Formats: sequence, C-alpha cells, structure tokens
Amino acid sequence: MAMLEIEHLNTYYGHIHALRDVSITVEKGEIVTMIGANGAGKSTMLKTTSGLLRPRTGTIQLEGEELTRLAPHTIVTKGVVQVPEGRRIFGQLTVMENLDMGAFTCRDGGRIQKNLDRVFDLFPRLKERSKQVAGTLSGGEQQMLAMGRALMAEPRLLLLDEPSMGLAPVLVDSIFDTISRLNNAGTTILLVEQNARMALQVASRGYVLQTGQIVLSDSAENLASNEMVRRAYLGE
Amino acid sequence: MTRARSIWQHGVKTGIIGGVAVLIIALVGMVQSFNKRDIIFEVVAMGHTLLVITAVLMGYVAAKRTPRDDGLIQYVNTIVCSLITSGFLALLVVVGRSVNLRAVLVNASPVLYKALTLGFDGAAGILIILLFGVICGSVAALLYYLPPVVRRVTIISLSAMIGAGVLQELIRPVLLSWGPMAVIADYFYTSNGLTIAGAVTIVVFIAAGMTVWTLRGESIKSHYSHLSGGSQRGIKIGSFVALAFVLIVLPHVLGLFLSEVLTIVGLYVLLGLGLNIVVGYAGMLDLGYVAFFAIGSYVTAVLTSPELGFYSLTFWQALPFAVVLGILSGVLLGIPVLKMRGDYLAIATLGFGEIIRILVISDFLRPWLGGAQGIKAIPKASVFGFALAQPQYIYYLILAGCILVVFISLRLKDSRMGRAWMAMREDEDVAQAMGINLVSTKLLAFATGAGFSALSGAIFASKLGSVYPHSFSVFISINIICLIIVGGMGSIPGVIVGAAALVGLPELLREFADFRLLVYGAALVAMMLLRPEGLWPEVRHKIELHEDENGSGQPEDLSAAEPASQPQGG
Repeated sequence: MAMLEIEHLNTYYGHIHALRDVSITVEKGEIVTMIGANGAGKSTMLKTTSGLLRPRTGTIQLEGEELTRLAPHTIVTKGVVQVPEGRRIFGQLTVMENLDMGAFTCRDGGRIQKNLDRVFDLFPRLKERSKQVAGTLSGGEQQMLAMGRALMAEPRLLLLDEPSMGLAPVLVDSIFDTISRLNNAGTTILLVEQNARMALQVASRGYVLQTGQIVLSDSAENLASNEMVRRAYLGE
Repeated sequence: MTRARSIWQHGVKTGIIGGVAVLIIALVGMVQSFNKRDIIFEVVAMGHTLLVITAVLMGYVAAKRTPRDDGLIQYVNTIVCSLITSGFLALLVVVGRSVNLRAVLVNASPVLYKALTLGFDGAAGILIILLFGVICGSVAALLYYLPPVVRRVTIISLSAMIGAGVLQELIRPVLLSWGPMAVIADYFYTSNGLTIAGAVTIVVFIAAGMTVWTLRGESIKSHYSHLSGGSQRGIKIGSFVALAFVLIVLPHVLGLFLSEVLTIVGLYVLLGLGLNIVVGYAGMLDLGYVAFFAIGSYVTAVLTSPELGFYSLTFWQALPFAVVLGILSGVLLGIPVLKMRGDYLAIATLGFGEIIRILVISDFLRPWLGGAQGIKAIPKASVFGFALAQPQYIYYLILAGCILVVFISLRLKDSRMGRAWMAMREDEDVAQAMGINLVSTKLLAFATGAGFSALSGAIFASKLGSVYPHSFSVFISINIICLIIVGGMGSIPGVIVGAAALVGLPELLREFADFRLLVYGAALVAMMLLRPEGLWPEVRHKIELHEDENGSGQPEDLSAAEPASQPQGG
C-alpha cells in the first residue's frame, strides 16, 4: 500500500478551479517531486494534503487511512507535516523555542529530546544558534530551522514547499543535500519545487503540474531527459 | 548655502515644533489656569514650569538630533531651537499687544501676556521671554553634555519634585489626616505648592538615594546573588510579606478619594488582564470587549437587585453565574469570528459590543434589564455579614480579584495553551501546521478573557450599586486596548502600569479637568512615537520594534528581506 495516495482531487479558490482531477501516489521511502511553473497549483496541492485547504471532491489516504477533510492539526498527528513556502519561522522566538513549538503535538519529554538531538545532528548550525532570535538568522539557516521544526513533529511524510526559494546557489546545494540525507534516514518526502533541475536530481519520481492538471508523470531520470520538461523547466 | 542649512536644520525644525507646542499650551489656556497653582510657593508657578519643560525638552531633542561631529554646533543648535521656541511666544505677545486676538483666541488675554512676560511691559517683556529661551537652551545643552548617570539623577529628582508639587492636593490631605504626619506636611507644603525647603529636600533626598544606588547597586545585587539559597528565599519571602502588608494597609493610609481611584484602577487591571489574553497573548484585536463587562454587571444586577424582583441572591451567589455567562458569551462571540483576522475581526467584535449595549438599552428587554433607567439597589458584597460598602473595603475585593487573575495569567502564559496562543499570534497557518487546533485555541482565549471581564463587571455592579447602559460604551473597550498598548502588549506588569497611567493618573489630575483629554491624547501620540513597545514591555515585542535600530538580520542571501506572508499559488 502506498504511503500517500491521492485520487481525483479537485480544489477551488472560490470559482477558480485550482486543482483539476489530480491523482498521485508516494511510496514509502521515496522522494517524489512535483514541478511546475508559478501558479500551476503546486502549493495548493500541498496545502490540500495538509488540510489547510479543503478539496471539493477526491480522496487523500495515508497508508489506507482517510485524511480527506480532517482538520490540519489532526493531520499533523497522523504524521504528515508541512514545511511551508517561504519558511515562515517564528521570527521573534529563539531557535530553541521554534523547535519546541514544532514538538507541540508530542507530550513525551524523552521523545522530544531524542528528536531534538536528531535535528541538531542534521543541522549543527542550529545547535550553535539555539539561543538566537530566529528572525536574525540568514535565509539558509531559516530554511534549516523550518525543516528542523517540522522534524520535531516526527513526520512519516514530509511535505516540502519550495525549500530552495530565494536562497543563494551554494545554499540550495546544501538544502538538497539535507533532503537526501533525511530521506536516507527513512523519511518519505513530497517535494514541490520550481528548481526542477535540483528536484529531479534528488527525487526518484516526479509529476509535472500545469494549470492545475498533471500532464506528465515518470521517473525522475526520464523526466529530466523528456523534451518538453527540458524546454519548459530546465531552460535548455 | 546648503552647508549652512544642514547645520541649522535640526535646531530650526525642532524649534518650530517646540514653538507650536508652547503656542498651543498658551492659547488653550493651560498657562493661565496652571499658574494659579505653584510648584514651589511663590517661586515657581505650574504654567511656567510646563513651558520651561517643553522648551528644555525640545532643546535637548535638537542637540540629540544634530550630528555629533562638533560640540559647538550642537550647542548653537540647542540655543537656536530654544530661541525659536520662545520666539513664537514673543511673537504672540507682540501681535497680541497691538491687535485684539481675543475674538478668535479666547485665552489670548492681557493676563496671559503678563504671565508670559513675568509682568514686564514693552520691550523688556519680550526680552525676558527670549532670555528665558536662551536659559532653557543652555540648560538643555548642559543636560546633554552631562554624563548619562548624572543626567538621569538630575532629571528624575527634578521630576519627582515637580510631581510632588503637582499632586499636592492629593498628598497633603493624606499627610494632614495622619496626626503626627501633619508636621511633615507643614514642612513640605504650603497651602499652594511646596515650601522652598521641602522642594530642596525632595531633590537632594532623591538625588542622594539614586547616587548611592548607582554607585553601590551592582555590589548589592552581586552580594544578593552570592547569598545561599535559603537566605535568598528569606529575602524573597520578606519582600513579599512587605508588599502584602503595603497592599493591605494602603487604602487606610490613602483615604477615601485615593482608595476610590485605586478601585477604579483595579477594575481596569482586571479588564486589561483579560483583554491581554485575547490581544496580547493570542493576537486577536477585540474591540467589543466591553460586552462581557456589561454581561457580568447585568447578570449580577438582575440576580441580586430586589428592584426587579426576580431573584435576590447575594453577590457571592450571583458571581459564578456572572462569570460562567461571561465565558459562554465569549465562546458565543468566538464561533462566528473564528475565520476572521486583523481588521475584520476588530470590526466584527466592535459590532458585538454594540449589539449588547443596544440590547440592554432597548425597550423590548426593559422589563428584564431596566432599559435606559438601568438597575438600581444592587446589594453590596458582604463577607461574614460585613458589607463591603466603602471604597476602602471594596478595594480588598478587587485586590483579591486582581491577584487571582494575575496568577491565572501567569500560569496560562507558560502553559501549553500559552505556547499555542503565541504560535497563533505569530502565524496562524504555521500554528496549524504545527498541530495546533485553532478552533479550541481561539475559543479558549475568548472565553478566558470574557471570564475575567465578567468578573470585573460583577464587582463593578456591586461597587456602584446600580448599572446603566451608558456605562458600557465602546470607549471602555478602546481605553482598555490603549492601556494594554501603553503598558506593553502581552506583559502582565505592563497592564498594571498601563492602567495606573491611563486610568489612575487622569483621575488624580481631575483638578485640571479641562485639559485632561488634551494631555491624554498628546501623551498617547508621544508614547507611540518614542516608546512603541510600551512602558513595561515583553522582551519579544521590544525586539520586534527595535529590530532596525540594532542592525540585526544580517542577510547571507537576498531572501532575508522576503515578506512573511506569501501569495498563494505555486
């Protein structure tokens, strides 16, 4: 059974039909990416999965368990955690307080400590800055913090929304490196990206979203060599 | 030419602002009516003091704004500023003497000119005004060049002296009423203003105290931190007992009027702490907060007043109903506005507040709520058969309420719910993505705030003995918001300080009733410009508001400048 199984999803913003009959699957242990232009519906897709938006029709299942129409906070407790677009860390709290906030659903002090060690292991930089006010971190560090905060909620499926947005190229590399490491450590990841080149390098499979519809779905390698993808998203 | 302009511009600009300020002070009549009172008997009058303070303040600002490269330029700028400030007054006198301005400006009378020129006629009077300008400028420059510690000591001790002079009508009767203290009262005060000896004593005493603390404070603090845990606890308990003792005897020392003021401040502290949970903790701007105050009052009134004759419960029996109904109505208001944020929430809650007020005043509900006539004959709360009728005793009831509410606020702040509120205030979407249930979190904030407000309302009803619809206007809500903002959003001591400053001070300065609201408004504007984080801020808000000054946020890449709110799509 697939980790995440989304079928015939239709989401609207008022009258605007933002997602048209989208069906995807994410298998356990995979990195699956969705690429597409601005406004193609990538973020809408993630927000619908995490419950921030309600689909009009369609189903979302996590290992056979129905997630459709559950409240966002319940979906978090099921193990689906989203790192929002633009990071959106709590700028006035310290790094530590941000991470603590990520562990909101977890009431077991021992487990929180274990997760914290894991996050600090992945991002030693955050440990150095744990007492610093998060708003004063650099963009790259803020992205690390946003991911660390999500990891504190013990995700089985991590939804990443444009993690490379606005970062310097060298930082983009390190973020994607972290994504691979997270995945190797067992976290399943659904990655939404405009940076198709990097996304297709780390992912095993990918979907191409155009005006709310899936127009292509294939392995990452095939997509990277697909003529249409190369022209439209890889700028070749 | 441009060079010259850049040298003088700060002095000229600040001087014009100061000039307009003193002109307004003079023309609204503050100088004349304040001059009836002396700060120091027959030496310093209050109206003059106000003008001098304004001129010195503006001079100081001019010095501070001038770039630091040349001391002399700063000094000259300060003098320019004060000269311009006093020049406005001189011009007023010159114009006023030749043209009758009174048709338009009622207060521009010969009495005012006489006060401004200190009684000198002709050119001498004008020169006196300008001379005062120069003196004020020099004082400002002197203050500016003093080492910060000395400046602080000087300003605070002088302010204390002026404060003692302004509040003489309040302090003197308290001292006089207290047998042996009458001697002290006679030493410090005349029937109008401080004695010279008294004024000097206050300045010297405060300056000496502050100097000692500045010199020795650090060593006292470090001495304290080196004490063993046991004696530290001992000192803590000791100071706690001392505080409790002061709070308990306070109303009896202060007498009737000041106790009354204390009870009003206390009610606003209760209200402020409640709204602080909604606005300060959870970040939801609620402008209809007075509704819960009204509900608490009316529930108590309906249940206890024999005038309506439904029930004749005692205050204590009615109190739980008032609080529970307040909480329920908080939830009831919360449900329809769950999806609203910011301005929309403010408007919707404003509507709720008005609905309650209009319901209460309506003829439709008159048989139950008394309509515009309100409800009278509400019995006082009593403890063991002793009725809490006097302000001095109602004070204890309010004090108990405040202690309870402060305690609950403190506990909530550090709780899981407090963290959820904080996350929600910062970013609702992310809070949800962290697994926070927005519905219950919001409703709990509304409910808690409403509960505190209803408690305050119940006490208010029993304190006054009657309730009228017009006591529950939207201005109460706005006042509470103001006191929270002035005190410092989300800060518990901030609410107390804010209530004392915005509710207590105006009551104490009733004497100057004509100008109360003018000063209140000006103070609010100045406060928001100079200290937007509040008088006693939460650490976090201070960080937020002074971010740019500390030069924090060192972007390693361009993205640090990215806005927090994201456009949808993707």
